[in-house]
Amino acid sequence: MTLINVVNLAYLLAAVLFIIGLKRLSSPATARSGNRMGATGMLIAVVVTLLDREVLDYTQIAGGVIVGAIVGATLARTIKMTAMPQMVAIFNGLGGGASALVASGEFHKLTSDAADVGTDVGVTIMLGTFIGAVTFSGSFIAFGKLQDIVTGRAISSPIIKTLNPILFLTALGLGGFMVVLLAEGSASMSEVMPLFLALVVVSLALGILLVMPIGGADMPVVIALLNSYSGLAAAAAGFVLDNMVLIISGSLVGASGFILTRIMCIAMNRSIWNVMFGAFGAQATGPDQAGAEGRQAQSTTAEDSSIVLAYAKSVIFVPGYGLAAAQAQHQVKELADLLQSKGVEVRHAIHPVAGRMPGHMNVLLAEADVPYDQLFAMEDINDDFDRTDVAVVVGANDVTNPVSRDVPDSPIYGMPILNVDRARNIIFIKRSLSPGFAGIDNPLFYNPKTRMYFADARRALTDLVNAIKEL
Amino acid sequence: MIEGLLVSLFVFVLAVLLGFEVISKVPPILHTPLMSGSNAISGIVLIGALVVVVRSDSVIGDSLGIGAVALATINVVGGFMVTDRMLQLFRRGPDRPSQ
Repeated sequence: MTLINVVNLAYLLAAVLFIIGLKRLSSPATARSGNRMGATGMLIAVVVTLLDREVLDYTQIAGGVIVGAIVGATLARTIKMTAMPQMVAIFNGLGGGASALVASGEFHKLTSDAADVGTDVGVTIMLGTFIGAVTFSGSFIAFGKLQDIVTGRAISSPIIKTLNPILFLTALGLGGFMVVLLAEGSASMSEVMPLFLALVVVSLALGILLVMPIGGADMPVVIALLNSYSGLAAAAAGFVLDNMVLIISGSLVGASGFILTRIMCIAMNRSIWNVMFGAFGAQATGPDQAGAEGRQAQSTTAEDSSIVLAYAKSVIFVPGYGLAAAQAQHQVKELADLLQSKGVEVRHAIHPVAGRMPGHMNVLLAEADVPYDQLFAMEDINDDFDRTDVAVVVGANDVTNPVSRDVPDSPIYGMPILNVDRARNIIFIKRSLSPGFAGIDNPLFYNPKTRMYFADARRALTDLVNAIKEL
Repeated sequence: MIEGLLVSLFVFVLAVLLGFEVISKVPPILHTPLMSGSNAISGIVLIGALVVVVRSDSVIGDSLGIGAVALATINVVGGFMVTDRMLQLFRRGPDRPSQ
């Protein structure tokens, strides 16, 4: 068996490990071993690649690998779980950047060799550079928005709206022109290089302008989409180098990001088109529709709430990002444990957009040691609210708003919500009656079953724990 | 050569379909680790970066390749490690859920 066959068999093994590893992510019990299988697959692929090529000088490669490994490991160890969206945004960007560099490297090699570049190779190089560069710059803008370096406001600008299609067509034109030049074999490197650099610049600008107008509340969708792009960029690099393991892995990631994008869009009741070009936050109507007058929100205290909670048979917590912002995950866990010790059935209902990226709230609660069999996805728990004594909403708002079921002309009409209003009692922990991200008043505040507990999430939960202990 | 591209296209389309099949079974509770873990897998472009370095015979080619190696390695090492860190947080409760 020749060496090249051994190498390709090893690549096949790596691809199989990736697929089985992802499959094992379908349960928290097997997920960790699945992730390790993926890492093993990667190690095999890298080692085999290094053995295969007659690598004359490992020092350069070692330099890149060591720097990358140190930076990656440091980030992975030190990042806070609340900052996970930023981390994933950066990693998406780096993956896209690496893919663009690979395509550029191949382009440089082929043009400096004055080799015959077939149309197929040319197209894949341009595509890889384009997707990679858009992912790179777009991800860093997304990072900036999540980190509050770049404004999180949705910007609706007619200039950007007209500029984006122009940039896209320019990139298409530049790429197409280069493909033709390369295929004719008439172009020298000095002729094509400025065009190539222009393509890179245009693609980077497009990435920035695509993400810039999107509001902070829509970031979960954007990160998922960029995740998909980073996979497609890797797959495109695979086409460039005619390397199957790159194509397979890249398309798996592309598919994964696409599925998550769709889930997020459905959960937010938006089409992807609307997220990318709609500037949602900018058009939100003020909180004055239907008016709050005439309706009275009833407030409650730790003492009163503690009695309702302690004598309940079943309690569902509804955590939102406000919970994480107040760093109150541990207090929720403490309250949940206390209630359980009193024989109350405790569960947590997690809306798909409860955090700042898909699944974020689950990680935050898991970090606070909440066991995963208490964490329920919206569709698994929504029918149980009818039979639940108390629903406790902490740091969530829009995802409980019944307007999305009842008021057809509301901007959030049709958005799937947690059926908190169907619980027998509702305790809403919130600092004030102010509306949420969408800027829409929540009638749940004025529901006769609702008691508003006006306090910071962390403070309120601590007081509740103390009050129940004193019962 | 066209045959080569066609083969790649077959593999691409089938892998996308397989990805849909496998990933739609991942529960929402694990979507964040799924994103960071799949992100680490997209760091497979490291292989491509290594190939570029090895085949390069110019300073520009070397720099592009080494840059790609460094970026992809951050992605791979950081991605798998942070995913592992997250996944070890997920624990089953002491008693089984009472459905």
